[in-house]
Amino acid sequence: MGIWLLRRVGQVIPTLLILSILIFGLQQLMPGDPAVILAGEERGDPAVLAQIRAELGLDRPVHEQYVIWMSKVLTGDFGFSWRIRVPVSELILAKLPVTFQLASMAFVIAILIGVPLGILSAVRKDTPADWAANGVALFGISTPNFWLGIMMILLFSVELGWLPPSGYVPLFEDPAQSLATTIMPAFVLGTGVASVLMRHTRAAMLTALSQDYVRTARAKGLRERVVVWKHALRNALIPVVTLGAIEFGRLLAGAVLTEQIFTIPGFGKLIVDAVFNRDYPVVQGVVLATALIFVVLSLIADLLYMAINPRLRNA
Amino acid sequence: MTPALEVVGLTLDFRQDGRALRVLDGVSFRVDAGRTLAIVGESGCGKSVASLAVMGLLPENATVGGAIRLAGRELTSLSREERRMLRGAEMAMIFQEPMTSLNPAFTAGEQVAEALRLHQGLDRAAAFAEAIRMLDRVRIPDAARRARQYPHQLSGGMRQRVMIAMALACRPKLLIADEPTTALDVTVQAQILALLDEMKRETGTAVILVTHDLGVVADHADEVAVMYAGRIAEQAAAATLFARPEHPYTAGLLGAAPGEGERGERLASIEGTVPDLRAPPRGCRFAPRCPFVISGCIAEPPPLAEVAPGHLSACWRAPLDTVLGQAA
Repeated sequence: MGIWLLRRVGQVIPTLLILSILIFGLQQLMPGDPAVILAGEERGDPAVLAQIRAELGLDRPVHEQYVIWMSKVLTGDFGFSWRIRVPVSELILAKLPVTFQLASMAFVIAILIGVPLGILSAVRKDTPADWAANGVALFGISTPNFWLGIMMILLFSVELGWLPPSGYVPLFEDPAQSLATTIMPAFVLGTGVASVLMRHTRAAMLTALSQDYVRTARAKGLRERVVVWKHALRNALIPVVTLGAIEFGRLLAGAVLTEQIFTIPGFGKLIVDAVFNRDYPVVQGVVLATALIFVVLSLIADLLYMAINPRLRNA
Repeated sequence: MTPALEVVGLTLDFRQDGRALRVLDGVSFRVDAGRTLAIVGESGCGKSVASLAVMGLLPENATVGGAIRLAGRELTSLSREERRMLRGAEMAMIFQEPMTSLNPAFTAGEQVAEALRLHQGLDRAAAFAEAIRMLDRVRIPDAARRARQYPHQLSGGMRQRVMIAMALACRPKLLIADEPTTALDVTVQAQILALLDEMKRETGTAVILVTHDLGVVADHADEVAVMYAGRIAEQAAAATLFARPEHPYTAGLLGAAPGEGERGERLASIEGTVPDLRAPPRGCRFAPRCPFVISGCIAEPPPLAEVAPGHLSACWRAPLDTVLGQAA
């Protein structure tokens, strides 16, 4: 177990290294010159552009730029935002709680909808309940987030006036208002994930319910509720937990459009703004941080997988 | 004496694509406390579904007719909930595949304890302690340690012992063992069957042993019911049945079973195949394969009738002595 963990963590390092190269390399392929954008009014003056390039180290060869960036990153220094002159790490730490709150709420919504629906449709396979649950899932998967977001704003903010259409209030400043500003985007994000969880829970439950040990559980006289929620679900959850952790990672990384629509100042908005402004240190920092979160989450998924699967725990 | 289990005129239909398929057609048998009834037949003859019907474990699309009486109590008129409470308490079942019959996510002890908590109202600790005692009784060495292990850490034989411990934990009146040793090594098979015999003697449980293995039947059954295509072909005390089969199908089965002293000889087999239950023969279902068939066999199905005291056969030509004499 200890050795396994060490090996698993060991795999993380090359993964992140390769990712950092990819991030850095792809960015070089982006059209647009950051010096031109930063120069603003003076972009016609070659001397100014040269000076900016020298300041930012853009005049050096790409591999040198990478080594300089990477060696700083290793000491925890992600550099400064070129545009607003704030340390990237500070920006990340400021936006992370926002996105984390949004992703957590979305994830809770996704689990509360997806897992029970998946169980229901597996237990009631080929009945109207199953068809309805599948219909809901299809709707969740195929509805674009931005469309659902706009519709919700129209209904709940414009028509009914129940919820603020946009903006964000930090959780610790005013919890009620914070929930009011995040519930709609969280729901929009959550429904997509709920559909994925529902389909996987359904498939895993159908497999589990057809196993011999379920027949054994019934032969013991257990209530159908216990057979389903204990004997079948415990086994069905094993693949779903792994998927859940990855989906949570996607929520942290992929709320770009939704954050834009609801003007939530999270990771998504940070990275979009940074890309438009060719603010390379911010792009690199955010993507690397996201990748790190993703890698850590998949590690947690593996640990959870071991925790609920005795066959791996004792192996 | 009231039999532990009495099944009378059991019918079973599966609805499939709007049509009903009759897989059991008037099956009757009984087994007394402390005795073993073997139900024998080829796969597909209905012996496994008959035991599932007794347990009430058939899928939704099954319709059961006839009477099933457990210690005199009619089961078919009970509610689902009442049937459920009998399972694991008054009647229990073990299955063919010990590798997959235990839940991989729970320890052996937990799975045995679960029935005790449900049916005997024991608390978690007491149930687990009792589970360890049961595992010890089914000869699992170091039961306290094994109780805390998961199925994948146990051998096949050990898992089947856990299944037996689980089934017998609440001292049921009836234990159905559906091909309990088919998936196990020969040496382990013998141990498991010996254990079942021993448990039966100790607890007075009636045992139904569902099998296709005539060797197992000869050594472990008191009574035998031979099934063919959804019906009982013959029923008798084990010794009688082996000595004097009164149904051509049983005679054929005995001829087809490898015995001693025949090594190197070609095994006898029964000509033909099992009839299609979607369109069974009108008369005796064995008639198309029977070497002794006469016109009456094809016209009308033979009733299960007593040919000697305690010896039932569903054959128009029984007793077979004269027929066999002619054939010889």
